[in-house]
Amino acid sequence: MADFLLAAATFVLAMVALGLVRILRGPTLADRVMAAQLLGSGGIATLLLIAAATDMPAAVDVALALALLAAFASAAFVNGIAGRDDPAATDRG
Amino acid sequence: MTVLWAFDAILAATVLAVAAWTIVARDTFAAVVGFVAYGLLLALVWVRLAAPDVAMTEAAIGGGVTGVLLLGAAARLRGMAPPPADERPGAALRLGAGVLCTAIAAALAATMFLLPDPAPTLAPEAAANLPATGVGNPITGVLMAYRALDTLLEKVVLVLALIGVWSLAPDPLWGGIPWPQHRVRADDALVFLARLLPPVGIVIGVYLLWAGADEPGGAFQGGALLAAMWLLAMMAGVAAAPAVSSRRLRLALVAGPAVFLAIGLAGWALADAFLAYPEAWAKPLIIVIEVALLLSIAVTLGLLVAGPPERSPPR
Amino acid sequence: MTLALNIFSVLAIVAGAIFFLAGTVGLLRFPDALTRLHALTKADNLGLGLVVLGLLPRVDWPLGALKLVVVWLLVLVAAATVSQLIARVAQRTGPAS
Repeated sequence: MADFLLAAATFVLAMVALGLVRILRGPTLADRVMAAQLLGSGGIATLLLIAAATDMPAAVDVALALALLAAFASAAFVNGIAGRDDPAATDRG
Repeated sequence: MTVLWAFDAILAATVLAVAAWTIVARDTFAAVVGFVAYGLLLALVWVRLAAPDVAMTEAAIGGGVTGVLLLGAAARLRGMAPPPADERPGAALRLGAGVLCTAIAAALAATMFLLPDPAPTLAPEAAANLPATGVGNPITGVLMAYRALDTLLEKVVLVLALIGVWSLAPDPLWGGIPWPQHRVRADDALVFLARLLPPVGIVIGVYLLWAGADEPGGAFQGGALLAAMWLLAMMAGVAAAPAVSSRRLRLALVAGPAVFLAIGLAGWALADAFLAYPEAWAKPLIIVIEVALLLSIAVTLGLLVAGPPERSPPR
Repeated sequence: MTLALNIFSVLAIVAGAIFFLAGTVGLLRFPDALTRLHALTKADNLGLGLVVLGLLPRVDWPLGALKLVVVWLLVLVAAATVSQLIARVAQRTGPAS
């Protein structure tokens, strides 16, 4: 069973790695942010599977923190893009 | 265990690929996205290296706080003109830098292969003395009991760094309000997120602090998570950035190091030495210090990202 | 009983992995940003949800199971909201950015 969970974790990680190609290619900024979002969700799934496979319950806590931080990072990116393109909402400097 | 090997191989390859791309990316924003992705992947690496405490810190700092810091820096640089041609580094300088970086990387790689095997370690002694400290997590034991002096000095360094950031403000704005005035549209989705996540984040941050006594976690991880939630609220305009001259803010900043220092000095009277805990009181004292540190770390990290004051304080 | 639970776990996790595959393929192959976003949310919601469902029989009850469900709910809400934000950005910046 542990082997199966590990194999599933490897598969999800491979999917995430493929999705990161989207960060490279773009072309729009939204694509890059989407790839980061996939990394967040895929990373969480991988962590949960690793936690069950290698008997490391602390990895679930890491996944919990990662869930919040992935959302926060995506919101920060979108905020950065919004400040960049919208001439009305400029920040100083 | 070939499945494990395949997992590690894919993880290592992905981390290297993302790192390489982050370095060569042309657009600053894209590079920051790559950097945050790199931080999140590193958290996975730390979990595979059986270091969940470090993984949490990496996710919180690398994924959250540093990402926003770099975005803010990129935003500030955007309006500036590129440096004139004669100020750009010449080919000789670039070559020299390349040679130096390669030499350092080669030295590090060589050191990895020359490490003594088995590695000299104090882990058995640390584990043997852990019950006396009252905590079950060896990382917390090292941070708060064995090497408490290092932790105290680190927190002081954080405050000093913040003072350094504040000193970048022009004189008339000293004591003002940081955080650029984002003309935030009534962006319902962002405001919704900023209203929903911080309460959950606060609960989870405090949980990480509490769990840090016996399981992976701790004050720094919880504090970094709380800082990220505060930054989210400030980004959406749900929370107003405080004036840095505010007394309550400054009290929150120094609470952690001050409590730590006070308990350390009390150790002279109650136990044998500075930062020694009396035998039966070790765990309660550690908890008190960690709670104070949680508050200070959260506020300090949040303000470090918010940056130097940009608007004058309200009268 | 354990055998049935194991089979349930395997099926749920395999289904979750399939949704991750679908989401990634969509992210790579769909023609424009908004359609890619649509594919991405399948991985976020269903992929992770099925993985969590498959792992539920394997963790100690109730705290472990509660943590897993909280992780999934957080990702669900956060991903949905962030998708709105990304969609707005994608619509505004357009294909040439």
